Parts: sequence; structure tokens; C-alpha cells
Amino acid sequence: MTIERPNRPAMVRKPGEYFQRDRDIHPPAFTPGYKTSVTRSPQKALLSLEQSLSEMTGPVFNHNALGELDHDMILNYAKDGEPIGQRIIVHGRVMDESGKGIPHTLVEAWQANAGGRYRHKKDTYLAPIDPNFGGCGRCLTDEDGYYFFRTIKPGPYPWRNYINSWRPAHIHLSIFGPSFSQRLITQMYFEGDPLIDICPIVKTIPDEDAIKRLIAPMDLNASVPLDCRAYKFDIVLRGRRSTLFENRLEGN
Amino acid sequence: MVQPLNYFKETPSQTAGPYVHIGLAPAYAGFDIFENNFSNVVAGPNTKGERIKVKGRVIDGTGAPVRDVMLESWQANSEGKYNHPEDSQDKAVEDDFLGWGRICSDFESGVYTIDTIKPGSVPGRNGAIQAPHISLWIVARGINIGLQTRVYFSDEASANAKDPVLNFVEQADRRKTLIAERSEENGEVIYTFDIHLQGEQETVFFDV
Ligand SMILES: [Fe+2]
Repeated sequence: MTIERPNRPAMVRKPGEYFQRDRDIHPPAFTPGYKTSVTRSPQKALLSLEQSLSEMTGPVFNHNALGELDHDMILNYAKDGEPIGQRIIVHGRVMDESGKGIPHTLVEAWQANAGGRYRHKKDTYLAPIDPNFGGCGRCLTDEDGYYFFRTIKPGPYPWRNYINSWRPAHIHLSIFGPSFSQRLITQMYFEGDPLIDICPIVKTIPDEDAIKRLIAPMDLNASVPLDCRAYKFDIVLRGRRSTLFENRLEGN
Repeated sequence: MVQPLNYFKETPSQTAGPYVHIGLAPAYAGFDIFENNFSNVVAGPNTKGERIKVKGRVIDGTGAPVRDVMLESWQANSEGKYNHPEDSQDKAVEDDFLGWGRICSDFESGVYTIDTIKPGSVPGRNGAIQAPHISLWIVARGINIGLQTRVYFSDEASANAKDPVLNFVEQADRRKTLIAERSEENGEVIYTFDIHLQGEQETVFFDV
């Protein structure tokens, strides 16, 4: 007996747009407690765009772009010795909102030295530059989305917001993902730092749980005994929808 | 009770801060560390197309240029093809066409410059065609989450008039904040594109 079926192609799934960004877990543009945002924040509503190829593609980097020591901030600027300070590993996974690891994506990091001073011509803080510390590193995630850096734990530093404002120790991180719509810059803080709760930049984030996701716990399991402690910091970029569509041949 | 949905939440954004150059463009911070550095050159000498520079300033709510801004640009080549595995158009991408650039403004003048080729039209949604454009992502101290906008070209009036994104901007007057003005200087093609963070001329920014 033949079963009568409508003559239609089967439904299949293909990767579609990236999930709508949840703006409630990000800082809004205008956050008067962080004074510089006052004149640098757009006042009109963002225009929500349905994604096209322009948003769903983005730059792809390969290993040729990176040098051998780029991910090792203890060695990548060492001149006549190693930098001063607490030796640490920062490691974790870059994944999307569905928990899927993002392979071969570029992670860049920058930070102050152990005394809280940046190697930057605009930084005039009195703590000294460390001659053996540059303060920047970069790496590509592996096939599972795993990344790691070796570095020195940065110190807190004063900044011009209120008279007595100090940034909690932090590492700035820049992450790509496969699409330009996932582009993200954030800051990682360290478990136990009393400056986190009172920082005007941390407090631009309106959601307490979201703030917790920026605080890296110490991870003794990943430490190197007698050498280096570790902090674990997972990074989540926007996830992606699957689009259901009828599997027609091209041109139909 | 229902099953938990179990999605992870996106990592929240934090400002790039004043020292963004250390990590992302160390030469601007005043030192040399990596063998390869990313730059404002989007297309190498083998890339086809009209050589152009996109130039402008990012201007804050007081009318002053933001002199510590960093931008990234993303665009298709002159045939309208992105350098990305998901662009399935049957067109070639030149071996030295990155499509992506990282641009720091000058610390004195606040002027940024993208050194590139003019992109072609690219496919839009549902078979539409998008006018030639460059996507921009803007970060700086005082900007809490990267701002996204697009640069269109003043000499593409008819393509711009049909562009689905430009037409989606409800107030026709605001569309011109997305259009760079073409001029020629010493034989170079310059498109001027100032970005206003606030005020009457506020640039249209997108939530993509
Ligand atoms: Fe910082």
C-alpha cells in the first residue's frame, strides 16, 4: 500500500541569526556614577536590526597572526629578568549562550602591573613601570574553546572619578567569536577584592548576578604547585538560532 | 515546576577604558611587543577596487572630539563578498583582503582614518540588496558597551535610496548621519564620516 504524502521537501535546520542581546545584563550607555559616560552616551534609542550577512560574518584570525609568547605576559616583555608580582594563570572557556565552545577565536588581554601602573604614555600614576612587564597578551582558543594566559596579578590603581576612587584589580579582555555582532570587551575581577562592590565602573552593570559573572574564583586545581596560582574565567558570547527551512534545491 | 531552560547568559560588557591601546594597539600606547600588529589597513595591494580613506572624528556631547577612541571596521570586498566561510556567494576574495581593520584616533586631533577599498553591494535579508557599506564598532573610556553603526557612501545615492537598513530609519533626516561625504584631496579619495555620540546630530546606532 502506498502512503499518500504531499510533495514537499523535508524541513532541515541551519544556523541562523544570533540570539537577541539581553540588554538588561549589560550596562546602559548613560551611567552618571561613572562620570565619563555622561557626555559619551547616546541618548536616542538604538535601532534594532534584523541581522544580515553583514552582522553574521566577522574577521577570522589564524595562528600566523600570533607570536609564540603572545599569551605569556610573564615572558613576552621580559628584558633582564621576569616581572615582579604574584604569578598567575588565567584560564577558561569561551562559549556561546547554548554552552557550545567557540573554537579558534581571538582573545586579547591587557592590564596594569603588580603595582597598578600601565605601560601607556597617558598613565602618570606614581607606581613605577616594571621594566620586564608589557601588560598585554593574546591567544586563540583551542578546538573546544579553551584559552589560557600566564601573567602577574595586577594591582588596584587610583583614577579620576571621585577624589578617592580606586579600580579593583582587573584584566581587560577582548573577544571576537565568528560574527561581528558578538564582539565584546569586558573586565575580569578577582575573588575577594573589597574594591569590587564600590567601583563605579562595576556598578554600571544593573544586575547583581551579571556582576558576579565577572569575578574569577581562584582555581587551585589549575595551579602549578610551587610556581603559579590560577583563576578561572569563562566567557559567554551570544548564542545562535537554528533556522528551520524546507530543503529546496538552489534556484527553486 | 518546569525543566530549566539552561541557557548561559552573555558575559556583561565593561568599558574598554583609557588604556585600550595597550592590549589592542600597543604601538599607540608607546611600545613595541608583538611581531604582528593589527592595523587600519583593511586591504593589501592585491585587492581590487577603488582605494579610499574613511576619515572623521567621534564627537562627544560637548562638541569635543573623543581623542582616545578605538574603532573596528568590517566590510565586503569590491565584489560584495565577505572574507568569511559563511559567505557562500560564488565570488573570490583576494588573499590580502582582510575586510577588518582596527583604528585608533590621533591623540591630538581625534581624527581616525580607515585605509581600505570601497566595498560592493552585499546581499540583504530575503533577497534584498544592501547598498555598499562598512560596519563600525566603537569603544572608548566612558562607552560602557561597544556602539555599532554603518558607513554608507554619498556617491551611491540610488543604491542608498533602496537600502533596507537606511530605509528602516524612520526619520529621513537621521539617515544622513550614516552617509559619508566623498571628496578628493591630493589625488586621494576621502570619505568624511563624523560620529556624534549625542545631540541633535546624534549618529544612528544599531542593536544588531
Ligand atoms: Fe584598567
